[in-house]
Amino acid sequence: MADRMKIRATMAGDVAEIKVLMAHPMENGQRKDAGQTIPPHFIQNISVEVGGKMVIQGQTGTSVSRNPVFGFKVKDAKAGDKVVITWRDNKGDSRTDTTTIA
Amino acid sequence: MDTFRRSMLKGAGAGGVLTVALAAGLLKPVRAFAAEGWNSAAFEARDLAGALKGIGADNIGDSKDIVLKAPDIAENGAVVPVEVASNIPNTVSISVLSLKNPLPLAATFDFANGAVPALQIRVRLAETTHVRAVVKTADGKYFATQKEVKVTVGGCGG
Repeated sequence: MADRMKIRATMAGDVAEIKVLMAHPMENGQRKDAGQTIPPHFIQNISVEVGGKMVIQGQTGTSVSRNPVFGFKVKDAKAGDKVVITWRDNKGDSRTDTTTIA
Repeated sequence: MDTFRRSMLKGAGAGGVLTVALAAGLLKPVRAFAAEGWNSAAFEARDLAGALKGIGADNIGDSKDIVLKAPDIAENGAVVPVEVASNIPNTVSISVLSLKNPLPLAATFDFANGAVPALQIRVRLAETTHVRAVVKTADGKYFATQKEVKVTVGGCGG
């Protein structure tokens, strides 16, 4: 099981700023270890829900850095709203973490 | 007889937990992915044209209303911070591509329900290249802007 995401969600004026760090190797399938190609292992889908509404859905490929960091902004949100972020990788592993907007 | 009754009760209990989990929406994010999938044609394309075709972008117009921030020089190509913000009305999605990577498309994000069409992301760059942001609007038009990033140490092989 992958490590917990670090999520920070704060109000800046009337916009919620969300930053998330996902612990993931993001192997791109190009690297070699002792002559053997390391198979690709990377996050493919990301979703962000705020206050029960799906606000952002993303697809990612192997050009995203290891331990990916993403920043988003959401209007129509308020302090106390629940933020639910989920990722799923190409091996079918997934992880969901939750925080509330501060 | 009693054993049978016990197992029936246990079965009912397990079913109840699942129903509660469904009702609370705990399983919803996973279901959302099922509809979304992963655009393998775009992400596995080995050149820019293929990646753009994969996301369905044609007749891409240049736009100054897309703000693309990336460093002029990246010492480490493995982690290059890129910021994109679209000021084009009715932006529904932003894609980030690095033109000279083996697989150019890094990410595509869709925005809805009050999400601001802006994105911070960290990408790998194999070598000095242009980073391109492609924006899609609600009426299916595509706009792009790009910026060159000089890379001292590439971030893909090794």
